[in-house]
Amino acid sequence: MATVIIDGQEIQLAEGERLNGVQAAARAGIEIPHYCWHPGLSVVASCRMCLVEVGRRDDKTGKIAMQPKLVPACQTPATDGTVFVTNSKKVADARAMVEEDLLLRHPVDCPICDKAGECLLQDYHFRYGQETRRADIKPFTSRRRELGPAVTLFVDRCVMCSRCVRFCREVAGTSELMVANRGAHEEIDVFPGFPLANKLSGNVVDLCPVGALGDRDFLYQQRVWFMKGHSHVCANCSAGCSIRIDENQDQIYRIKPRENPQVNRWWICDEGRYGWKHVHDPNRCVTAQKRQAAGAAPMEWSPLIAELDTRLRRSRRLAAVVSPHLTVEEAYLLCRYVREIDAEAALVLGPVPQSDGDEKYPGGFTIRAEKCPNRRGVEQIITHFAGECAGWEHFLERLTKERFDAVWVSGGYCSQWHDAAAADRFSSADILIVQDLFALPLMRRADYQLPGAAYPERDGSYVNHAGRLQSFGWAIRPPAGAMVEGQLYWRLLKRPGLYQSRAVLDEVARDILYFRAAAEPVPETGVDLNCTPAAGAP
Amino acid sequence: MADFEPVLMANMQREDSHTLAAYEKAGGYAALKRALREMQPKGVVDLVKRSGLRGRGGAGFPTGLKWTFLPQETRGPVYFCLNADESEPGTFNNRVLMEQDPHQVLEGLILSCFATCATTAYFYMRYEFPLAWRRVQAAIDECYSAGYLGSNILGSGYSLNVYLHRGAGAYICGEETGLIESLEGKRAWPRIKPPFPAVEGAFRRPTVVNNVETVACVTHIVARGAEWFRSMGVPPDPADPRDPGSFGPKLYCLSGHVERPGCYEAPMGLPVRELIDRFGGGIWKGRRAKAAIPGGISMGLLRADEFDCRLDFASPARYGCLGLGTAAVVVLDETVSMVDFLHNSCRFFAHESCGQCTPCREGTAWSLRMLDRIRAGRGRWKDLDLLLEIGDSIGIIPGSTICGLSDGAAWPIKNAIRKFRAEFEDYIRQSNPQGYLETAPVAALDSTGSH
Repeated sequence: MATVIIDGQEIQLAEGERLNGVQAAARAGIEIPHYCWHPGLSVVASCRMCLVEVGRRDDKTGKIAMQPKLVPACQTPATDGTVFVTNSKKVADARAMVEEDLLLRHPVDCPICDKAGECLLQDYHFRYGQETRRADIKPFTSRRRELGPAVTLFVDRCVMCSRCVRFCREVAGTSELMVANRGAHEEIDVFPGFPLANKLSGNVVDLCPVGALGDRDFLYQQRVWFMKGHSHVCANCSAGCSIRIDENQDQIYRIKPRENPQVNRWWICDEGRYGWKHVHDPNRCVTAQKRQAAGAAPMEWSPLIAELDTRLRRSRRLAAVVSPHLTVEEAYLLCRYVREIDAEAALVLGPVPQSDGDEKYPGGFTIRAEKCPNRRGVEQIITHFAGECAGWEHFLERLTKERFDAVWVSGGYCSQWHDAAAADRFSSADILIVQDLFALPLMRRADYQLPGAAYPERDGSYVNHAGRLQSFGWAIRPPAGAMVEGQLYWRLLKRPGLYQSRAVLDEVARDILYFRAAAEPVPETGVDLNCTPAAGAP
Repeated sequence: MADFEPVLMANMQREDSHTLAAYEKAGGYAALKRALREMQPKGVVDLVKRSGLRGRGGAGFPTGLKWTFLPQETRGPVYFCLNADESEPGTFNNRVLMEQDPHQVLEGLILSCFATCATTAYFYMRYEFPLAWRRVQAAIDECYSAGYLGSNILGSGYSLNVYLHRGAGAYICGEETGLIESLEGKRAWPRIKPPFPAVEGAFRRPTVVNNVETVACVTHIVARGAEWFRSMGVPPDPADPRDPGSFGPKLYCLSGHVERPGCYEAPMGLPVRELIDRFGGGIWKGRRAKAAIPGGISMGLLRADEFDCRLDFASPARYGCLGLGTAAVVVLDETVSMVDFLHNSCRFFAHESCGQCTPCREGTAWSLRMLDRIRAGRGRWKDLDLLLEIGDSIGIIPGSTICGLSDGAAWPIKNAIRKFRAEFEDYIRQSNPQGYLETAPVAALDSTGSH
């Protein structure tokens, strides 16, 4: 075990733990400011913001010998006996110098900069900078150029930390970004004709510690202090990346990755980053309707639920299509409900959209081919109730031979997920209930047309491709008129009050062995369902 | 010192001194033949260590010691990089060696590679030396034909290939890790150390980087022995336990306002005054000297009353300079404005800063901007304090940068302002009588045009 001393405070590192000065200080609750260092990228030690004094304590005598010069904390390993001093005048002067240097050519256009409010240059300036400007005043300029479809560069705001360049080299492996020119004329740029167009490009905006790299989608849309961030899980593929949804009054403005060493580390792909546009699509269904001879008529939810429940309970043969976009809890409630009425009800996994294959990146990031968040979770739920998990194609076959009194279809896909021919197969059902986002063929054919929720509106848990369960709360409320699936099932099951996903997950963890690990509170980074210790034991 | 016989420049007076024939006629490659026949690599390393040879590139690190930093047991290649990216303003000793006597350099290179067990050497030459480039390439070709390079050199079983690499004209490539990065085809951003090149250098292999004049000295150490080498120069200062002394012959580059500028050879420790008067024929046009750069612009400035300073590795520091550097003395006569001198120095470093570390990238550019403004008649006395603050805070010595380029940028600022402050203050007061006491930030010049 190693003992590291930071500003006189001793902290213990576990055996084999390799931390640098910045990380070790963070353990002790001490911030060492830094721009260029990022845990997911190589160390360049070039911004010099993390300069500290370093020394070593002699094991035997206990005497501390300090190095005469400042060293970057990011490049200094914290080993047994390492002494870091971060609060001396020398360190404070060095930080003030770097802050002053970085602001020499900076336009200081914070009032129109998207980064203002979450900008390290701003924050560090207030914490470590000097009160007065000593440098010559330069007229305000903010040259801008597009680096690619997603990212724009405000050239003069850049502090040359080179995080974005290293990201493209080390994580994306595409190396589009480079440093052009030399000295104070340095600029980030792309080679003519080779824009920053990889599928991870949005990450460079998150990495940028200042307002140099802008997200073209988010540009000038919202001041960051107006938004509220919600921990969530991306639903665009089965990787299940941890994300943060930033919204203001139920309007999403952007999605950012949330650090999760077990899943996505610090990154998300652009599909996930911009894969929320369907949530605010004006064509979304927002009115519950009942189809009648004269066409569809709007209906209030309360009488609709009562009528639906009465009619379903009178039916004998039931089937439910459980979408892989439903959460574990929602899938459980839906299966439970239809099985309560018909113990032999057919439970079917909704279509699982697939792309050509997993897209792997050199830095270890993978975009999964399976374009839905919760196939594994839904499969396990269906298997628990039905003993096996039938697929969508198989069910379409079955519909030609068998007749069901009622079929419940859950959707939630962001785009067209079935064609008219598939919808025609459902014509034999007496009652067709469809809850979905858009008025697709099945919805138009349905007797009960229910507007459902998109993933930022859901509350519950997804199980990703590797069997990791992550829980999340809703980030925004569904549009007026739509009802989140979980809430609808909750009411059909006549449970009191509002839908509580955690209560359902407790039930799931108790009933289904696969979910046992979820019985404990689920940490922010999720829980691995595969390595449940002593499965079966109480 | 009067009986000193030039060694490094001995061959240069001969006709066609750059050819193999002329070099061999003067006894060239005898040392190599003897070493390959009679010595082990370890023996050469020990010999160089005993000679007290210190690197001639600027930092003066003991060469033999540097070689021993290579890992003892290593599988795979060790690389040798010959640093011929001679770009320090005022310096041209490597160019003279490469143009006039490239075989002396190559013999030293082969001996050094033999000592370090390197079988591949990269001769990294700056772009701006077209004649040296042609002559070194011709000399390498001659060596291959004569069997001094290639596989199984002179039947010894030792093989060496030398590749002449031409840089693209950047000062930073003279920094050893910048050179390695550039050699690997990357942007010449100096690496963070450790690991040092001896452990992980070119292509992530153990690497030695030595200066052209250093390896030329190796030739003569092998030929004449360590005692001969130690017989000239300056012994260690007994008061400083960390001073290993400065031994051997040295090529001094003398330029600026002297009657006879040129490259002169003398033992280590030649006083500046003697170099100027005896070799350079005194200050030109009968004028008086004002200052001199002791060893390339990075090393700072000596006032005319400090010309007693001896040019060895330890002495310039006693006069507030950074060190000996490349022993390139540039003399400034009494007509030179120190403001112009410092402006030129700052322009050079702002232009050549690689831009990696914030303090150097911004500090060099800021100092140039201030000097631009001072020269435009809008200077303030306060600017001198700001310049000094930049000079005191940038560099590898305070620890604020990765490499030593900004120490080189800092020293001219510090020396010029501290040693000639009155001149700077006069200049500013006279050129900006209304505003020279201003302390609030002022508007920057619209366009500097100088960088």
